[in-house]
Amino acid sequence: MSRINPTFDRLKKRGQSALIPFIMAGDPDIKTTEALVLGMAEAGADIIELGVPFSDPIADGPTIQAASHRALQNGVNLKEVLHMAERLSGIDTPLVLMTYFNPVFRYGLRNFAESCGRSGVDGVIIPDLPPEEAGLWIGEARKVSLDTIFLIAPTSSSDRIRLVSRYSRGFIYYVSVTGVTGARENLPDDLEPAIKRIKEQNKKPVAVGFGISTPEQAKKIGLLADGVIVGSAIVKMVEENLRHPELTLKVKDFVSSFAQALKS
Amino acid sequence: MQKNFPDREGHFGVLGGKYVPETLMDPLIQLEKAYRSVRRDPAFRKELNSYLKDYAGRPTPLYFAKRLTEEFKGARIYLKREDLTHTGAHKINNTLGQALLAKRMGKKRIIAETGAGQHGVATATAAALLDLKCIVYMGEEDIQRQSLNVFRMKLLGAEVIPVSSGSKTLKDAVNEALRDWVTHVRDTYYLLGSAVGPHPYPMMVRDFQSVIGRETKKQVLEKEGRLPDCLIACVGGGSNAIGLFYPFFKDNVRFIGVEAGGLGVNSGKHAASLCAGSIGTLHGSKSYILQSDSGNILETHSFAPGLDYPGVGPEHGYYKESRRAEYVTVTDEEALEAFHLLSQTEGILPALESAHALAYTKKIAPSFKRDEIVIINLSGRGDKDVQSVALRQGVEL
Repeated sequence: MSRINPTFDRLKKRGQSALIPFIMAGDPDIKTTEALVLGMAEAGADIIELGVPFSDPIADGPTIQAASHRALQNGVNLKEVLHMAERLSGIDTPLVLMTYFNPVFRYGLRNFAESCGRSGVDGVIIPDLPPEEAGLWIGEARKVSLDTIFLIAPTSSSDRIRLVSRYSRGFIYYVSVTGVTGARENLPDDLEPAIKRIKEQNKKPVAVGFGISTPEQAKKIGLLADGVIVGSAIVKMVEENLRHPELTLKVKDFVSSFAQALKS
Repeated sequence: MQKNFPDREGHFGVLGGKYVPETLMDPLIQLEKAYRSVRRDPAFRKELNSYLKDYAGRPTPLYFAKRLTEEFKGARIYLKREDLTHTGAHKINNTLGQALLAKRMGKKRIIAETGAGQHGVATATAAALLDLKCIVYMGEEDIQRQSLNVFRMKLLGAEVIPVSSGSKTLKDAVNEALRDWVTHVRDTYYLLGSAVGPHPYPMMVRDFQSVIGRETKKQVLEKEGRLPDCLIACVGGGSNAIGLFYPFFKDNVRFIGVEAGGLGVNSGKHAASLCAGSIGTLHGSKSYILQSDSGNILETHSFAPGLDYPGVGPEHGYYKESRRAEYVTVTDEEALEAFHLLSQTEGILPALESAHALAYTKKIAPSFKRDEIVIINLSGRGDKDVQSVALRQGVEL
C-alpha cells in the first residue's frame, strides 16, 4: 500500500506542504545514494524521488543529464536501483522512482510493478509515458497498489488536465516551466493560476517541480501547492562534491534548509 | 492487412504512438490537426506541388542503368534519381512540405536535427526560401565527417549547434532538438527529417516522401508497361524507403530495406535496428531499436552518417512484423565498393547511404530473371562523402 496519500493527508492537517527532494540513483555510486536517502529523510524530506539513469534523458537539462551519465558509467541500472530500494524499505519516508519508459518496457511492465511492490516503492513517475500510452502500465501498477504519477505542463489543455488527473494516483506532478529540468533563478508568473486550474478539476495533491533551486522559492510554492520538488539544485550539489568526505552532510544541510523554509 | 494506418493515436500495429514529455503532448495534437487540415486543402497542395516542380526539380528521372544491369547479370536495374533534386537528396521533399506547414501554423523559428547534413541542408534551404529562422542540431562527430554540409547550412543562413553528448551523432542531435522543442514549443516548429519520432511525424514524413513512389509508379508504367518486381532502398530512420514503398503497398511488389551493417552485424558495430534490434521506445515512438539488456540505447556505427542511428521508423517495424517488407544489411566495405562501382559504370557518385541499397542489389540481382525489374532508390548524391572516402583511402585533398 502506498504511503504517499497518508503523507499528504498528515501534512495537510498541519497546513504544510511536502518537501520532495530528487537525486539520481548511482550518482556517484549506489552506496552514496543510500546514505543520501537516509540523510535526506532525517533532514525532513517528506517523500524522496529517485532517478533511474537512462542513456537518452530528453526531458532533462545538463545537470541531470550529467548525473545520469555518471551513474551509467558506474554500471547502475534499473535492477540495481530496485535492489537498493528494497534495502531502504525500512525507512518511513515514501519512495518514488522516476524513470524513462524504455528501461521499464525492457524490464517488463508486470515484472517492474511487482518488483516495485516488493521493494517498498510507493510510486513511479515516467516522464515520457503520457496516459494515452499507459493503459497496460496503469493496470499492472494498480494490481500492486503502486501510485502512477503523471505530469501536467504549462502547455496542457483543459482536456489533458482532466485526463492526467483521472489517471494520477498519489499526486499530480506539475511541471512549472515549459522546458527541461534545471535550476532557474526566477519562478514563472503564471504558477498561481496554473495550479488553481488543476485544483478546480480534482482534489488530488499537486506537487510542483522543475527549476526550484532556493528555500525562498520553495516557500513561495509551498503556499500554492501541496508539494515542492527540488531536483537539479541538489544534484548540482552532489556533482560539486563528488569526492568530498562530507558530501552526505552537505546535502543533508541543504535539504534541511528547504525543510525549514517549508515548515516555518 | 489494411492500408489505413497509422490509427488515430498514431499506432502501426503495436508500434508508433506518442512517448513524449507532457509538455509536447498538446503541441503534437495541434500539429496533427494542422497537418490533417492542410492535407485536405487544395491550395496547400498546389503551393507544395509548385515548389516541388519548379524549385526542387521534380519529377526526378527514373533512369534505366544499362551498364549496371550488364554488370549485375540479373534483373533490369532502374535508379530513381532523388540525387538530382535541389540540395541533392530526397530530404527536400519533406522539408518543403513541413516548412510550408510551419508557415501556415504561424511559427517563425524552425529547428532540425541532422546526421549526414542532408536534412540540415534541406531544412536550411526551405527556411531561407520561406523566410524562417533555422537552427540545426548536429553531433560533433558528424560535424567532423560532413564539414562541407556544415558550411552549406551556414551559407544558407542557418545556425548549426554542435552536440557533444553521448555518441555525438544523429541520436544525440535528436535529443537536443527535442530539448529545444520542449523549451521553445510555443513559437518553434520541429522539422523532423525522418519517418521517426512521435505521431504524427512518421505519418507526415511518409506522406511528404510518397511523391517518390507515386512518380516511380507512373514512370515505370510508362517505360515498361508494368509494375516493378522489387523495390530496394536504404533504411536509417527510413524516410526514403517508406516514400518509395508506400504507394506500392497494395501491389504485388517485393520491398527490400537495406540497413547499415557497419563492420558486420556480429561485430556489434552497426546500425541495424530492424535486423539486430528489439522493440522499445526511443525519441517519442515505439519501434525497433538497438538497446542493452537494461534498456539503455546502444551506440551505433556506420560510415554513412545518415544511417548511423539506433532506431527506425515504426512503419518499417510494422512492415517487418507483418512481413510486407524484407530487411537486410550490408557492411561499410560492401557499400564502399558499390559507391565506386556506380561511379565507374554509370558516372554517378551516390551518397554512401544510397550505396547500401546498390550493394545489396548487386548481391540479389542474379536471383532475378533477365526481364524482371528492380528499382533502387538513389536517395542522395555522394558529393558530401567525397572527403570521407578520400580520407579512408589515405588521399589528401
